[in-house]
Amino acid sequence: MEVRMKLNGKNITGDVRPDSLLIDFLREKGCVSVKRGCETSNCGLCTVLMDGKPVLSCSLLTLRAAGHDIFTLEGLQEEASEFVGFIADQGADQCGFCNPGFVMNTIALLRENPDPTDDEIRAFLSGNLCRCSGYEGQLRGIRNYLSSRHG
Amino acid sequence: MDNRTYKTVGRTVRKKDAMQLLLGKPVYTHDIIPKGALVVKLLRSPHAHAMVASVNKKAASAVPGVAGIYTWEDAPGNRFAIAGQTYPEASPYDRLIIDRHIRFVGDVVAIVAAETEAAADKAIRLIKVNYELLDPVLDIHTAKDNPILVHPEEDWFPPCQVGGDPKRNLVACETDSHGDVDRIMEECDIVLEHTYHTRAFNQAMMETFRTYSELDRYGRLHLISSTQIVFHTRRILSRALGIPKSMIRVEKPRIGGGFGAKQTAVCDVYPAFVTMKTGRPAEIIYSRKESFDAGSPRHEMEIKVKLGADKDGRIRALDLYTLSNTGAYGEHGPTTVGLSGHKSIPMYTGSLEAYRFAYDVVYTNTVPAGAYRGYGATQGIFALESAVNELAEKLHMDPTVMREQNMVREGMVMPAYYGETANACALDRCLAHCKEMFHWDEKYPVRDMGNGKVRTAGVAMAMQGSCISGIDVGSATIKLNEDGGYNLLIGAADMGTGCDTILAQMLAENMDCSVDDVAVFGADTDASPYDSGSYASSTTYITGKAVEKACDDLKKKLCRIAADMLQVDPADVQFEGKYVRCLADDRKIPLGDIAYKTQVFSNEHAEATASHSSPVSPPPYMVGMVEIELDKETGHVEVLNVCAVVDCGIPINPALATIQTEGGLVQGIGHTLMENVTINKKGKIIEDNFLQYKLPTRLDMGHLKVEFEQSYEPTGPFGAKSIGEIVINTPAPALAHAIYRATGVWHRELPITPEKILMELLQKN
Repeated sequence: MEVRMKLNGKNITGDVRPDSLLIDFLREKGCVSVKRGCETSNCGLCTVLMDGKPVLSCSLLTLRAAGHDIFTLEGLQEEASEFVGFIADQGADQCGFCNPGFVMNTIALLRENPDPTDDEIRAFLSGNLCRCSGYEGQLRGIRNYLSSRHG
Repeated sequence: MDNRTYKTVGRTVRKKDAMQLLLGKPVYTHDIIPKGALVVKLLRSPHAHAMVASVNKKAASAVPGVAGIYTWEDAPGNRFAIAGQTYPEASPYDRLIIDRHIRFVGDVVAIVAAETEAAADKAIRLIKVNYELLDPVLDIHTAKDNPILVHPEEDWFPPCQVGGDPKRNLVACETDSHGDVDRIMEECDIVLEHTYHTRAFNQAMMETFRTYSELDRYGRLHLISSTQIVFHTRRILSRALGIPKSMIRVEKPRIGGGFGAKQTAVCDVYPAFVTMKTGRPAEIIYSRKESFDAGSPRHEMEIKVKLGADKDGRIRALDLYTLSNTGAYGEHGPTTVGLSGHKSIPMYTGSLEAYRFAYDVVYTNTVPAGAYRGYGATQGIFALESAVNELAEKLHMDPTVMREQNMVREGMVMPAYYGETANACALDRCLAHCKEMFHWDEKYPVRDMGNGKVRTAGVAMAMQGSCISGIDVGSATIKLNEDGGYNLLIGAADMGTGCDTILAQMLAENMDCSVDDVAVFGADTDASPYDSGSYASSTTYITGKAVEKACDDLKKKLCRIAADMLQVDPADVQFEGKYVRCLADDRKIPLGDIAYKTQVFSNEHAEATASHSSPVSPPPYMVGMVEIELDKETGHVEVLNVCAVVDCGIPINPALATIQTEGGLVQGIGHTLMENVTINKKGKIIEDNFLQYKLPTRLDMGHLKVEFEQSYEPTGPFGAKSIGEIVINTPAPALAHAIYRATGVWHRELPITPEKILMELLQKN
């Protein structure tokens, strides 16, 4: 089936099976930042933005994304670059496999709530699993970024 | 203590790959392989114990796009081990690529290769297998000397003698002791005896197992694999496939976490087999479910602790017996078990007069276990630290005070740790520091919050090793570039830990340059110098020292070349970072000029390779404390605060050492409170996905605080020991302690779920 959507600001088309999942479609289109960590919608690694809202691309049929505006980390490099260095300064990137999903959800958080409290950060990102960092370093990184913005 | 200050070592620098990772660049196996590889899928047995009577693959073979279906009849008959260990391995050669004898739910019955995933999945569904069912051995207590044998085959082969006997379902056994344990037990005022049980917890690294294979442009087998052990994998494949090692190349790209899971060649052999059969590129990616059903989880252990002490809290004798479940195959079985005693008992060297440590490792028809951060020490420390806390509570002593009078201290010889001396040991300072940071005296007492909830705290100590003494080899090759920078080639595997970066820091410190001047490459069996791989807490300590040695060699070499250019004796020049200087007349040769010199009419190259191995394995030490709030109406435990103070010698990169610690603490909280592994009557793991196997989220770990107490390990690079594994060991005993404080019930089995806490509370009242 033919599908059309806007991916990272560009109109694209694709030919997909009815059961195609968005995660596989996006990786096929070269957006390999989108990672699969489970098959049960539990890990948050595949988070992308659909019409600006974070969604799990493993739990969305590609056809459901038809006509929508999808962003992956490939399309938000500049916005991500504003804060990910602060996470790198904590060494909290670690293996990195969860980073794209975590970064995408953090972008969604900061767009919605530019000045979150620590608890708001924890709550918003609670669906993004990380097995390496113990989460605290990610939080310190985001906190340092927010503090730097306050000058 | 060492008070030297360094330019680069001991300072936080970003991981060299940080921005690539954080910006989602294509750096992992599945991101970088060419399109068009055959998709490899495995048909797995639904039965725990069976013989494959027949396989009908007619319908499956007819599925469009299927390139090959292979069963036991197609596989070579050479038994091998997939444990990533130095040859000759302690793990028995007990596997075939596909065996007719099925030994656990998830064992491989057929390998399918197809053009697409859909075709492979369809073919898997259409393969018809007739099984002759056998009774499974599922209970570790009845496994030894059970008439049902997991490995009855005559070609079972142990490369090392470790006390195994497949005719008894025994992979290994040993007894080790020092002093007269029985006599001293009799003299003790108090003898505690308890049994502790830990399960086959899953590493749950975010990237599941995966391997790509192809024939390269020389017709050699080339693997790109998410592995911690490129060299061991090459050797394993050579034996399993019956092809020469020189015809195999194994490389790893970035790895999405390992924690020891990828110290076993869990999936590498399957696509390699397909490539050898078809000549085509092939890739396998394990699903999360497969990573649970047929991964390489922690060894389930049951540990009996007998502890003898005086009434003033002096621990005089320890007697441990560990029964370890290696599952259906013996990977890491003979070795993990040793740590349950040898990396727990020595913590009490300060007072201990005698110990005995015995173990059996048994086969069962359950998922084969492997290496997981902590490697047996985690299980042993849960048991022993819990027993010590039980003693303290029984004697109404503050458990921190009791530990102060029993713990190992710097300079002591540790009989239970292979007679090694604690040359660098700040465990006493770790305890004092942690008590102060945590506010132990305020948090230890039980505080009723007035709403059915109580707050209290628990404590535990931990140790680990730094490398496998007398075995692990690390190597480094350093090459000078024309701009004065360096290439550092290693065979150790950065799986996210940051070892590429800390090794570059050590190079920079030794060569007096910036970390930015160092390009790190690893790991590739064709290009890297030999390294056992990244496991056993060895990379900082062993490969770090190899870097140091290679730097020394390279400096000498650069001085020799420069002296030749200056036409003076090598003794008359000095290496000074950016150049080599003539001591007599101050003439300087910049490093770039030396590099260029080696490219013109030269018989010497500006590079050096060094290897390192250590006769000792200096333990890092640690103290961890937890504060919880326990809801007596629901059994729910909320972790409020976790504090840890670690003695890893010196932290080469404090940010990375901190993150290692924080990550280990949260992983430890996971297997203590929520990660459960239940095997049903048919031998199937129930929690085979993230819906049921609950990893801690950022709402489950409270607030972490990590600090360091430095010691100076004379055999380590810059005084460093290890940090990667020890950090997972304290949460379980500390939480079990706090839960006892809150409820009056000791939980001696992990995980301690709210259901268990509540049921015990109801039973008690």
